[in-house]
Order: sequence, then C-alpha cells, then structure tokens
Amino acid sequence: MDKVHLGDIIKSLDSDIEIKEGKQFTEINIPASNLYTLAKQLRENHETSFDFLICITGVDYGQDLGVVYHLRSIRHNHTIVLKTRISDRENPQLDSVADIWRTAEFHEREIFDLLGIKFTNHPDLRRFFLKRSYGFPLRKDFVDDINIVTK
Amino acid sequence: MKKEEFRDNESLELLKESGSNVLLTTVNDVINWGRKNSLWPLTFATSCCGIEMMATGAPRHDFARFGMEVYRASPRQADVIVVAGTIVNKMAPVLKRLYDQMSEPKYVVAMGACAISGGPFFLNSYSVVKGVEHIIPVDVYVPGCPPRPEALLYGMIQLQRKIETESIKSRRRRNASHDVK
Repeated sequence: MDKVHLGDIIKSLDSDIEIKEGKQFTEINIPASNLYTLAKQLRENHETSFDFLICITGVDYGQDLGVVYHLRSIRHNHTIVLKTRISDRENPQLDSVADIWRTAEFHEREIFDLLGIKFTNHPDLRRFFLKRSYGFPLRKDFVDDINIVTK
Repeated sequence: MKKEEFRDNESLELLKESGSNVLLTTVNDVINWGRKNSLWPLTFATSCCGIEMMATGAPRHDFARFGMEVYRASPRQADVIVVAGTIVNKMAPVLKRLYDQMSEPKYVVAMGACAISGGPFFLNSYSVVKGVEHIIPVDVYVPGCPPRPEALLYGMIQLQRKIETESIKSRRRRNASHDVK
C-alpha cells in the first residue's frame, strides 16, 4: 500500500487529524482526546493493522508536553508516527494504550516517571526508576541545585 | 614517563618515611614487588570504557604481561577496581560497597572522562556522579573517552610505580586521611 492511500484510510477513521510527510515516516498529529479511539482503530482495521508499537517517546516542547508513538504493521510492512500534545503542564493526562499494545505498559511508566504525564486506565502506573518524592527530571523546568551543574 | 622520572617530591617523601630503617625498607621492597606484579582487577564495568578494558585484557594488548590477567568476580579477591564508565547516583552505593568489601591493600583507577569528572554528563545531568572521587579515593586517573587500551595500560603501570614507592606505614596513613575527609 502506498503512503497516500494509507493516509486516506487513516483520514477516514478520524477527521480531526492532520497528516504530514516527515523525513522518514508519515506523521499524524492528533488531539489528545481522540488518541485512544484512533489507536484502537489503527490496530483493529484490517487495512492499517498496526500490530507493533515500536516505541513511545515523551517530549517536553517547552510550552506543551507531547507523546510520540511509532507504529508499525508487520503484515503490511508500513510505519507511521502518531504525535499528540498536552497543554496542561500541571496535571497532564492522556489515555493509556497499554490494553491495545501490551508493550506500552513499561513505556508509559517510564514517561510518567521522567515527564510526569499521567496515563489514565494504565494497569500499574508507578514510578519506574526514581523515588516517589522525586520531581520529573526530563522536564525543561526541573531544578535540582544539589545534583545538577549548570553553565 | 620513565621509571627514573617517577621521583617527584611526593613519592620521594613517601620513600623517606620508610627510609630510616634498613630492615623495613627491604621488607617493603619485597612486599611491594609482590603486590605490584600481581594486581588483580575486579570485573567491574558500567559502560563503553568496559569494552576498552576488555580489549586491554585481550591478547592484542594483553595486560597479563604485567601481572594483571586475573579478573576477579569477587571483590574479596581483587586488588584494584578499575572504575570503567559512568557512575550514576543509583550505582554509587553499590560501588562504595564493592570498594569496602575489597581487602587491603586496595587501589582505584578512575578510567575515562565519566569516572574522572562526569565527563559528557557534567552539565545539566540529574543522575550522574561528577567524579568517582566523591565516593572512593582514586589512585590513578586515566583520561580519554574512552581511553585507548594503551592509555589504560599506561595508567596501570603508573599504579605499579606508585605501589613501588609505598611503605606499609604510609599506606595505612593515606587511607586514614581519606576517611576523615
């Protein structure tokens, strides 16, 4: 299946999305509220059939927080990137995709640990590496005067 | 640096401390000769420096030539710990415990930029220990990122030279001074 056709199919699943051709993969920007429904459809639809979640990345864009999903279909041999943004820094929330792709469970725990994004409906959202009282060290506004040396 | 040049003030003073007694210096010589020629390192590596350390132990560079061939998996049997790689805050207590478990005389070689100062992780890192000297006393620093096997080999030979200038007396004092700090 070529990229344009794949884009059309995904567009028909959810009209709120914005499709862009990235350097390597097709990028899909989606509002945080629609993410879970689209992800489920992408997995279950026979034409898209994204059965493999390569990785999830948490990003701090400065103003917004973001989460990036790399999805791949083993059956159709195609890959896309799902991008979403959360503007609420105080209490960032996003739906967990751990019940769609099991591997997301640990990825989401790590993102929660380092960026503080809460994944709703996650089966076991605890801190992954750090202590419970520790802040979220990969946030741009994280301060730690004892351990961090700045220029 | 040649062996003859390893006579700076500090090592000369170490020599002088034990130099008054003919019997003691001779005993020291024999003990130091034994110690320096069978330095057994601990199998301890946390990142890419560890790969270079393995290369140093492998046949091409072969530090078995200098009596360091036996990597010990137990700190009880090791004489030297080569801190090869980044030490993070979570690893620090483990490293300290390993060092404490080693029996005297024990030596520490800080290998590579990370072990010396935190290296590439010095700025803006929340997790990396900025120099292993914060945790355990270091005898020899080997710079590089990672150092070539030749560099580690040179560092280990420097350590041997250092051991050569030691006396049983001064070694004990040196450790006590670090404990106070």
